[in-house]
Amino acid sequence: MNVAVCVKQIPDPAAPGSLDPSTHNLVRQGKLILDDSDSYGVEMALQLAEQAGGGEVTLVSMAPAGETSGLRTALAMGAAKAILVSDDALAGSDALSTAKVLAKAIERAQPDLVLAATESTDGYTGTMPVQLAELLGMPSITFAKKVSISDGAVRVERQTEAGYDDVQCPLPAVVTVTAGVVEPRYPSFKGIMAAKSKPLEQLTVSDLGLTSDVVGATGARQEVTEVTAAADRQAGEKVVDEGDAHENIVRFIEQLKLV
Amino acid sequence: MPIDKIWVLAERADGGPSSTTLELLTQARSMGTTVEAVAWGPATSELAGTLGDYGASTVYDVGDIGDALPGVPVAAAAASLIKSGNAPDVFLIPASFDGRDIAGRLSARLDTPVLTNVVGLAVEGDGVLSQHANFGGMQMATARFTGGRPWLFVVRAKTFAAEPAGSGPAQVQAASVPSDLGVLNTAKVLERHVEERTGPKLDEADIVVAGGRGMGSAEDFAMVEELAKLLNGAVGATRAIVDAGWVPFSYQVGQTGKTVKPALYIACGISGATQHLVGMKDAKSIVAVNKDENAPIFSVSDLGVVGDVHQVLPKLIEALKARG
Repeated sequence: MNVAVCVKQIPDPAAPGSLDPSTHNLVRQGKLILDDSDSYGVEMALQLAEQAGGGEVTLVSMAPAGETSGLRTALAMGAAKAILVSDDALAGSDALSTAKVLAKAIERAQPDLVLAATESTDGYTGTMPVQLAELLGMPSITFAKKVSISDGAVRVERQTEAGYDDVQCPLPAVVTVTAGVVEPRYPSFKGIMAAKSKPLEQLTVSDLGLTSDVVGATGARQEVTEVTAAADRQAGEKVVDEGDAHENIVRFIEQLKLV
Repeated sequence: MPIDKIWVLAERADGGPSSTTLELLTQARSMGTTVEAVAWGPATSELAGTLGDYGASTVYDVGDIGDALPGVPVAAAAASLIKSGNAPDVFLIPASFDGRDIAGRLSARLDTPVLTNVVGLAVEGDGVLSQHANFGGMQMATARFTGGRPWLFVVRAKTFAAEPAGSGPAQVQAASVPSDLGVLNTAKVLERHVEERTGPKLDEADIVVAGGRGMGSAEDFAMVEELAKLLNGAVGATRAIVDAGWVPFSYQVGQTGKTVKPALYIACGISGATQHLVGMKDAKSIVAVNKDENAPIFSVSDLGVVGDVHQVLPKLIEALKARG
């Protein structure tokens, strides 16, 4: 059971990023970290490989400037190896261009299953994994809150508006997992040390047989024309509870005439 | 070339078109001259009246896809229509579970990009400007496509208000699913599970009472539920609470969950992570109770109570009960 996991390395959400006012690209300052949303896919992949009694977990990522710190975190969790695509030509890539790049990288790993988060924390377009599945010619099941494998098929509890559906499809397939699907393990000290020597293949756009016009800002065929600070909601009254603050809430609700 | 034909992906809820579908049809009328819908499922003709009333002149009926997940067959049917010369200028797709699947599949199939998380749309000259809330809605980005049409937009619920146009029923035209989808179209639903909820619907309620990690435990989260019941409101929750398994996903408010715009939102023990704010900051009034006086939720609150939910909520519940 070989599993490829798409992982994104993002700026620390605790120090929120912004869009560059002139280039309108996402500004990534400081070290990138493993997107928390992806830690669930990594954990799921490790568990599925363990349950299958063998197989490798390969990480696939696209990041600027040969960034590997987030990948090292996922390797320390237990993934066997990583493929990183890094190339200046990728700056400004949209979800579809990203899917094209990751599809080429994943084809090299020949996995039985591809896992990704339902959406990244920073860009959150939520379409990349399905675009990827289409390009790979695979079926896909999104919004998985439970995943199991048997007899060459993947079975998923998929979230819906009303509850959830049991959905199944044959492997190979792309599955996107929600946060909370499993509890991600913390890398052990041993894992962190081992991660330093695990294979990490770094590729460029041309290594993948793609031309630079299908990726990056050119391939995106879209532009951000303006970035503005959203109209600030005015913070209102703030009271410190001295034992009677609930009365302020009652008065507030009464004045809205909702009850 | 001016914007002429707009398509709207028509999803169902409770037997009719979903509220987001009607919002998108209403918006489509103001953007183009011809509005058409794409629908799937059994007995699409039963939707033709409502879809027409909101402005669709034609509904392309993909038909009953049985137990297949909609992403592949619906996108493939739409792609066939588009490739046969029937392309719209703009295709508006609801930001839902199936909507995102269909948009992603269609985008890759047509090799055309898609703009998602749209919270505003405007025609400007021969282009369309879309608005996107970034970083929890603290920053608004305006974007546009620079390549060929159709332009695909995935639009968040409640971005527009739905208004009927009073027009007659839409004409139903068959749009078939290509027969050569092979392994792509093998994801099948084996069983559907509906999680029962009582009280008003989360995304329609006038009052939403939501709880976050600050509630401490699933037992204490019951106070949020009791307060909601007293106010005839709906219960909401942050992602952390849903991930912890206290309440089902259908309660989640935020980037990944539902967008709510109630008259009153009461946030209990919610710090106000960007992931949550994007789903509720457009509520008309916001009341927040949180121990941490620096919690970001207070920056969007009309009334902020710095205090322990375990102290404040029981008294609030008693006071509301006493009021009768």
